[in-house]
Amino acid sequence: MATILAVDDSASMRQMVSFTLQGAGHTVLEAEDGKMALTLAEESKGVDLVLSDVNMPNMNGIDLVKSLRVLDAYKFTPILMLTTETTKDKKMEGKSAGATGWIVKPFNPEQLLSTINKVLG
Amino acid sequence: MAVDLTQFHEVFFEESFEGLEIMESGLLNLSAGSDDIESINDIFRAAHSIKGGAGTFGFNQVSEFTHDLETLLDQMRDGRSPVTDESVELLLLSVDCLKDMLKSLVDKSEIDCSAALELTEKFKSLLERNSQLSAAPAVNDTPKITSPNPSLSSKWIIEFKPHGHVLQTGNEPYRIIRELSALGEIDVEVDISDLQPYAEMEPTDCHLSWMLKLSGLDLNREKIDEVFEWVADESDINICEETSAPAEQAKNAPVAFENGSYKQALEPENESLPTSTNSQVKVAPESKVAELKKESPKKSVSQPAESKSIRVNIDKVDSLINMVGEMVITQSMLCALSKDFSTDKLDTLVSGLAELEASTRELQENVMSLRMIPISFAFNRFPRLVRDLNSQLGKKVVLELKGTQTELDKTVMEKLSDPLTHLVRNSMDHGMETPEQRVALGKPEQGNVELNAYYESGSVVIQVRDDGAGLDVEKIRAKAIKSNLIDENDVYSDDEMQNFIFRAGFSTAEKLSDVSGRGVGLDVVTQNIKSLKGTLDVKSVAGEGSVFTIRLPLTLAILDGQLLQIGNGVYIVPLVSIIESLQIDENNINRVAGGGSVYRLRDENIIVAQLDGLFGYKDCSVSLHNKMMIVVESSGKKVGLVVDALLNQQQVVIKSLETNYGHVEGISGATILGDGMVALICDIHVLVDLALTNCQQNQGGVYECNNERVA
Repeated sequence: MATILAVDDSASMRQMVSFTLQGAGHTVLEAEDGKMALTLAEESKGVDLVLSDVNMPNMNGIDLVKSLRVLDAYKFTPILMLTTETTKDKKMEGKSAGATGWIVKPFNPEQLLSTINKVLG
Repeated sequence: MAVDLTQFHEVFFEESFEGLEIMESGLLNLSAGSDDIESINDIFRAAHSIKGGAGTFGFNQVSEFTHDLETLLDQMRDGRSPVTDESVELLLLSVDCLKDMLKSLVDKSEIDCSAALELTEKFKSLLERNSQLSAAPAVNDTPKITSPNPSLSSKWIIEFKPHGHVLQTGNEPYRIIRELSALGEIDVEVDISDLQPYAEMEPTDCHLSWMLKLSGLDLNREKIDEVFEWVADESDINICEETSAPAEQAKNAPVAFENGSYKQALEPENESLPTSTNSQVKVAPESKVAELKKESPKKSVSQPAESKSIRVNIDKVDSLINMVGEMVITQSMLCALSKDFSTDKLDTLVSGLAELEASTRELQENVMSLRMIPISFAFNRFPRLVRDLNSQLGKKVVLELKGTQTELDKTVMEKLSDPLTHLVRNSMDHGMETPEQRVALGKPEQGNVELNAYYESGSVVIQVRDDGAGLDVEKIRAKAIKSNLIDENDVYSDDEMQNFIFRAGFSTAEKLSDVSGRGVGLDVVTQNIKSLKGTLDVKSVAGEGSVFTIRLPLTLAILDGQLLQIGNGVYIVPLVSIIESLQIDENNINRVAGGGSVYRLRDENIIVAQLDGLFGYKDCSVSLHNKMMIVVESSGKKVGLVVDALLNQQQVVIKSLETNYGHVEGISGATILGDGMVALICDIHVLVDLALTNCQQNQGGVYECNNERVA
């Protein structure tokens, strides 16, 4: 089972994501903004997947991806953006920062798990 | 796996209400023409989170309504939409509307959509105008690719050549091939011609490309495109159906993944695909709405939702866990000691018990602090109120908030909001002059109202200060005489005179502005504050402004008490209300006509009340010899309470007497002492009032005489 870093400034979203992932047997690390996530990511090396919201205070999801990609431990780690943006341009913003892909909000627990299983294999 | 989403609703509501506060205060600071991207961003983010959460948890009406709001905010932060008074006003109205919608959801009552629909119309017309203004090209959404008639079985040839850096975005070509293989039968051919010699190879780049042959039932372009969705821009992909004409081979065409394209009819065979779950998303919210509708008739009278949860800083919880840990250690130490106890271990026992006491006290204090929240929760609604009143009353008032981090018991905070609103309204409406008047008086055109909160010796002090007209003592005095509250010859200090505005009925008798320009229902405010065991007073200088000061106990559940011996009972007086305690010197007692007595304390005469008499102890002695007196203050009046002895001081947990026994005048509650005895807690406000009325009754002759003269 995987260790997943879930980043969202909304507590309810965080709870929903962690509950779902933990229910599927994954270990979840939670952060409420990019800054916190970056610190957490640096401290814990064994993160298999990062799920990050885009709009967050302190450090947004796009900047988080950029900062993670320069770290050796996160060069190839899959990072999925949790985004409400449905236009192509907005989605590509995350991609060009180095994100692996995205999950469009709102999503339900089943969609979340199926996408994650796709990435984790 | 079925996850019950309702368990996250409460957190969602809580954070949404917080988000709305952020939006409101942000909008209030936003003036027309502003380009403060940072605050627009904050507002946008709050709206965005509400929309996202509402969508996730199935509150579609909320998420749909938030959508337009978000669009406008998004345009504002991009500079595509100007910040105008109109748009700010519209956004503020929608904050109110969202608040109402969420409240209905919390109460499980039906959402009234009329306001939302009306606002949505306004948003639409505003957005339309903006788009005409900026004449921006319509958002360029690539046209949807319509799938050819789904044939039963089809074969596809896919050339997949990822760009070198594809691995660095966390995308793994192997994953994509694996996903394709879930769609049907796949034939994989790898092209290694780009592979460089081992020594020159960049290991983090991808040097391989693939030729894939996929065949399966109900395959279509969308399904294949979706697999490549995340890598479409970092790879050369060429997808063509083996039977199709070459013209259809759109090489590396940008691919649109609109929500619409996900909503295709589902075939049972593709259950494992992520798209299949889309149909379930649709179902959940609708059933939720149906549920709401079913429940709504029962709850037609919606009660204001009182939040039942508190957000607690994780540090506080950690320190609690720490303390409990220490207690457990001490407890097990004591337990071990008791199993094999002898007198020579007495010292260990005593020190163990002391430790237990210390950690219990610490634990108690910390647990109480969980209920404390910053007063900004109560203050934050005022910028909006002041803004609205400014436009309503035609005044120019700037609101200043100070000490917003001062913490206060949550229950107190909830009950404080009404009285505070009343005071601020009063200051704005009656205290503050119009800009013209102010200029004529040589004051700055802009008035100031300040809300301040700070701690002062065990209580929280909250002040509402304004630099308006202030109270006119002479007018209050004249009014008081007219209403037979005082006699022409009575001497009252200015302070005492000003506090007359809190008297019930004082201001309602005549038009307020004739008296002081203040007063509607201030007695109600006083009552509210009293019910919180607090005090309210006013200090004012005519022409310069007024300060209303509320003093509240830090928490309602626990208090520092002074234990008193009265007769054979133990009573408790809140330590905060005791000004001083003294041994009675009988030479300072003066009996006055009618049986009352006053005590000469330095240069003041204080009315004396004997608590044993007040509480109905039969054998109360008239002699005050050897007795103690505690001087207490309430509403600016000092009274000396005579007691038999002062015992120790301790923190006591307040238990309600009403729920366990019944209401007793002069008693605010009860507590259980260390030895298991019940001790009653004195209500100082009531006791002081009681002492004063007793005294006045004793002097009844004098008062009647006064009244006659006035009449």
